[in-house]
Amino acid sequence: MSSLPPYATTGQRIWFYGFRVICGLIFFFLIAPIITIIPLSFNAENFFTFTPGMLALDPEAYSLQHYRDFFTNPNWQQPLWNSIKIAPMATFLSVSLGTLAAIGLSQSHVPFKGAIMAILISPMIVPLIISAAGMYFFYSRIGLQGTYLGVVLAHAALGIPFVIITVTATLVGFDRSLTRAAANLGADPVTTFFRVQMPLILPGVISGGLFAFITSFDEVVVVLFVGSAGQKTLPWQMFTGLREQISPTILAAATILVSISVVLLATVEILRRRSERLRGMSPQ
Amino acid sequence: MNASSGSENFVVFDRVQKSYDGETLVVKDLNLSIGQGEFLTMLGPSGSGKTTCLMMLAGFETATHGEILLDGQPINNIPPHKRGIGMVFQNYALFPHMTVAENLAFPLQVRKIGKSDQEAKVKRALDMVQMGDFGGRRPAQLSGGQQQRIALARALVFEPELVLMDEPLGALDKQLREHMQFEITNLAHQLGITTVYVTHDQTEALTMSDRVAVFDDGRIQQLAPPDQLYEAPENSFVAQFIGENNTLMGTVKEMSDDAAVVQLDDGEVIDAVPVNVKKVGDRTLISIRPERVEIDKNRLHPEAHTIKAEVLEFIYMGDIYRTRLRVAGNDNFVIKTRNAPDQRRMTPGEQIEIGWRPQDCRALDA
Repeated sequence: MSSLPPYATTGQRIWFYGFRVICGLIFFFLIAPIITIIPLSFNAENFFTFTPGMLALDPEAYSLQHYRDFFTNPNWQQPLWNSIKIAPMATFLSVSLGTLAAIGLSQSHVPFKGAIMAILISPMIVPLIISAAGMYFFYSRIGLQGTYLGVVLAHAALGIPFVIITVTATLVGFDRSLTRAAANLGADPVTTFFRVQMPLILPGVISGGLFAFITSFDEVVVVLFVGSAGQKTLPWQMFTGLREQISPTILAAATILVSISVVLLATVEILRRRSERLRGMSPQ
Repeated sequence: MNASSGSENFVVFDRVQKSYDGETLVVKDLNLSIGQGEFLTMLGPSGSGKTTCLMMLAGFETATHGEILLDGQPINNIPPHKRGIGMVFQNYALFPHMTVAENLAFPLQVRKIGKSDQEAKVKRALDMVQMGDFGGRRPAQLSGGQQQRIALARALVFEPELVLMDEPLGALDKQLREHMQFEITNLAHQLGITTVYVTHDQTEALTMSDRVAVFDDGRIQQLAPPDQLYEAPENSFVAQFIGENNTLMGTVKEMSDDAAVVQLDDGEVIDAVPVNVKKVGDRTLISIRPERVEIDKNRLHPEAHTIKAEVLEFIYMGDIYRTRLRVAGNDNFVIKTRNAPDQRRMTPGEQIEIGWRPQDCRALDA
């Protein structure tokens, strides 16, 4: 961060400090609710509030009982495993189809690119409840409603836009002459894809995949419509838990989900830096 | 021509045409034969069709009409990866995620060449471009000149018989460029490979090539060895594109097979060599190279034609003096004189007499 130059006017000084205050407020607004949840999840009581003991930092007031409940109670274990089974499959489908779509749409000779792109991106823009209702009617007609496959397909459709957007962004920086060079050196198109193009767009593919994974892992509306009790996911359980039995185990689950998201996003950042280094955009 | 051995028709463009939009032809009726071992340069301004020709040869563009033959075989229907032609790209196109050695091994791996053979070939190619110690580096860690050498080594490592180069020295500074010109020509002749080199830099074309094809407007304007191209341009485009050139406008007054009398627009009458003027009365563009103009009366050829000139500007360029004159109404008549100890430096406003041999004065199409 730069400091104020000596010739700054009063207005510039006010803006210089004002800007920092605004940034601080935005961060507080975004992060405070999440931060508050973390200590509450270690609450020894079945309350959603800070007990006097917690505020006095009394070790007795803290416990891991909600985490224990989360990891032992079948009401939570079943949805956790459902989420773990659904999210990776949906991610795999989103990544494969989304990457292919992005590569296809980046070719100059494809007609109606704008329209195709808009259709593929639409699950991200159309209100979720509308997509969910549409999928419900469509999937019941073809027998996918209430099945594992149905939920996976629905979540894949939600994840594809993220993959398309991140991979398209990476492809913008991709030097087309590299694929020509590979062909010239004797590599057939499949070899060229896996040896040259894929490694270079991998950061975009992986960050798209992470967004798709998080989408599926956090998604509640579509799964309520398309899934049945057998496909109850973690967010679904949290949603019903909040309505029916207010238990701080939700806070433990939320903390775990937040941790997973933080770890995944940190991975994205590390990958992004690695790719920048490979492209020679920053010194090694 | 310096074709070492084998066919004179190693690469053949036979009535090739190319259009991108189905209406305008980027390449119009190209006929060209390149001999085995020859270093041929395609030279021309941007948009002249030279790069398109190279891309058709590499297989990245398809010819709209006509046939391209490589070693007698038509290659129009062979995909780029099966042509076995080496290529150095304008921006080098080194794979950024691979080390230098991996870049060089890539064409060998896809050809399923054994590991130990691969290593030997990679090492030999790196030594050839004096980059033997750089195998473990990544392209981003190399300077422009080093990347250029690696791109060259990668195009040669699988021992292709034909190598294409698309303005490979464009991104280098002047000194390095001159050095690389020398290295590339040496290497090409040493290995006996056929090279097709595309550039818009005429100095590069003249110093490197066995023959130069000058492109303009989708056609080859002249195909000749460098000295012929420079000294005997066949039309005014080539004369003006290659090297510096003084032009005077005039009308043909008398004409025989090897001599013409031209009346310049200010009334002066001079002798010239008719090149592509057809008949008496035609408008003509007279071309004279700056270094063939003499200012010292004692050194003038007995047959030389002299003409009055006024000095407009004198520029000191170190090795030579460049003097701008007004000759027969043309304010941009340039002469170059060597910076010799007894050479005169002219001052603007001075009236002098200049002269040239009639055979250095070529009457071209206007």
